[in-house]
Amino acid sequence: MAAGTHTHLTSVETDAAPAALVETLRRTLAALRVPLGALVAALLVFGVFMAVIGRNPLEIYQQMFRGSFGTWFSFQNTLLRAAPLMLTALATALPGRLGLVVLGGEGGMVLGGLTAAVAGAAMKNHGHGPMAVAAATLLTGAVVGGVWVAIGGALRAYRGVNETIATLLLNYIAIALLNHFVEGPLRDPASLNKPSTLPIGDENMITSIPGLDVHWGLAWGLGACLLGWFLMQRTLFGFSARMIGGNVRAALLNGLPVARLIVLATFLGGLCAGLAGAVEVAAIHGTANASLVTGYGYTGVLVAFIARQNPLAVIPVSIVIGGIGASGGLLQRGFDLPDATVNVLQGILFIAILLSETLHGRAKVRAKAKGPKANVKMAPTTGGEVAA
Amino acid sequence: MSAGATGVALAVLGGSIRVSTPFLFVSLGECLTEKSGRVNLGLEGTLVMGAMTGYGVAYLTHSPWLGILAAGLVGSLLGGLHAVLCARPRVNDVAVGIALMLFGVGLAFFIGKPLIDATAPHLPALSLGWWSPSSAVRSALQINALFVLGLVLTGLVVVLLKRTRWGLVLRTVGESADAARAMGYDVNRVRLLATVVGGFFAGIGGSFLSLYYPGGWNEGLSSGQGLMAVALVIFARWDPVRCLLASLLFGGASALGPALQSVGMTSGYYLFNAAPYVLTLTIIVATSSTRRALGGQPAELRMAR
Repeated sequence: MAAGTHTHLTSVETDAAPAALVETLRRTLAALRVPLGALVAALLVFGVFMAVIGRNPLEIYQQMFRGSFGTWFSFQNTLLRAAPLMLTALATALPGRLGLVVLGGEGGMVLGGLTAAVAGAAMKNHGHGPMAVAAATLLTGAVVGGVWVAIGGALRAYRGVNETIATLLLNYIAIALLNHFVEGPLRDPASLNKPSTLPIGDENMITSIPGLDVHWGLAWGLGACLLGWFLMQRTLFGFSARMIGGNVRAALLNGLPVARLIVLATFLGGLCAGLAGAVEVAAIHGTANASLVTGYGYTGVLVAFIARQNPLAVIPVSIVIGGIGASGGLLQRGFDLPDATVNVLQGILFIAILLSETLHGRAKVRAKAKGPKANVKMAPTTGGEVAA
Repeated sequence: MSAGATGVALAVLGGSIRVSTPFLFVSLGECLTEKSGRVNLGLEGTLVMGAMTGYGVAYLTHSPWLGILAAGLVGSLLGGLHAVLCARPRVNDVAVGIALMLFGVGLAFFIGKPLIDATAPHLPALSLGWWSPSSAVRSALQINALFVLGLVLTGLVVVLLKRTRWGLVLRTVGESADAARAMGYDVNRVRLLATVVGGFFAGIGGSFLSLYYPGGWNEGLSSGQGLMAVALVIFARWDPVRCLLASLLFGGASALGPALQSVGMTSGYYLFNAAPYVLTLTIIVATSSTRRALGGQPAELRMAR
């Protein structure tokens, strides 16, 4: 009897597993259809634009592919650009799950990078080894970035200040602080042409991942996205966060500490942005200077929106956007196009993908009409609901 | 010492008028757009496109005024694009704004590359300081023509919003789209118009950057004036006259660093660059509350709660 039940159960399991897998695959493909369509549409519009100014779009597509994904070398370049985007995108995506629109990635990255360089140089000058220097650099950058963006979250939670505006202003304040310290009190007298802080030392820089020409920052970016996804989908914190994003009144009625969760989510987001700045310092520049103001923060906002605030989806979106950025050099050299060309394409792509959200809506309505169960979807980007 | 203080005060005054002009135009435009219940964060892109177009057209036609007009028209186009995109269901206006910001800035750098070496005619300025023997006073009272135009526009926007049927419809759409719909108004069309006009203003604000101060076209021309205008509108509580005052205050705060530098106080120059942002944030924090919305705030405005 027991044996019978047992075989029955296993047979159900073996039947169900591939069916579930197929279903997941089908859904993933369906979810990818619309953004991929938008990508193609954006490339077409961009091609028309290129044709209008007298270039052959097919040649440009070919070069772009070569410069981003076509060769192993260019793909590594793409990954290098994708790494900071993953981290800055999380600065928007994690609070985005609570219905907040945070633009503070740029400021978190800048200030994180500055303090990371200072901490790293201080550790080096105290005679510590590469591990201690790297740990101090990354940890300081991440925590400072987190605190900086969390100021915006706290102002939202406890003072009712709009977090979009607060984090925007904090970005500008962060850049002014960077300029002040780099040009003044923290300037390395040896840095003549480009004012910078004291270097953390070549021997203390983050190395490449073995076998790749890509530094460990990529691993940090991937890890943060995976952790972010786990946090949002599989933990009580994530559940509470999504509940606040869905309906803040319901969350309050259920006794959730909404204000504290807002501060925590913005802190975690800023942590990622600060880490991005610290990685830029520890892996590329070796010091903090004006090169930290990259605009990665704002590109990250759009990556987060395109990924629909899903940390896992941030990974492929960052790679595609990083690829477009990486192809810029080749376009510049091969076709004598301005380096802003890729910014134009990125802009068109962002517009196309945001517009395609409309199609998502249509598909959902149709599915709702068919099925008897109402498909209740939380809209994580509706900023209107959070009123702690 | 007192001569130095007077010099600083005059330089701040002059700088305030100079720096505030683009803020005034962009914030007036954004004020109109936000009054209709939508946020256009893409004005940074509009501003830079306006700067490039204004400079290019002024260079080609030798007329700064045609440049300003062209800048406004390009701004309207970008505003129209924002409005059309946002009119689609499920499209987030903040995200579209950032996309248009990157797009506008990229496009301006792309098209404007050859303009970096070009020289276009400058905008004329009114010398209101002719009576004074002091050169500091004279340079402080060099009022650019666009600032005067901005003052006139401020008045026009006040009248439009508060004294005309158009303004009433615009405010209704911003307060309650459902009520406006029930009255038979096309909400998306009103918002389209408000965003197009807002884009026109922002384009003109951009042309000021390339045609007057700092002048010329290069890729570092804008320092985020377009984005900051969004904060200024909140700071000004969605009131055109307060937009003017906030722009002047912001301009004065921005001019403080260079003014102090000109009298030899160079330490903390970059820190003073943060002054306008710190000031704005402080005032917004001081006047915000978790209990109530800000006064004058359009209820339909999604980003403001």
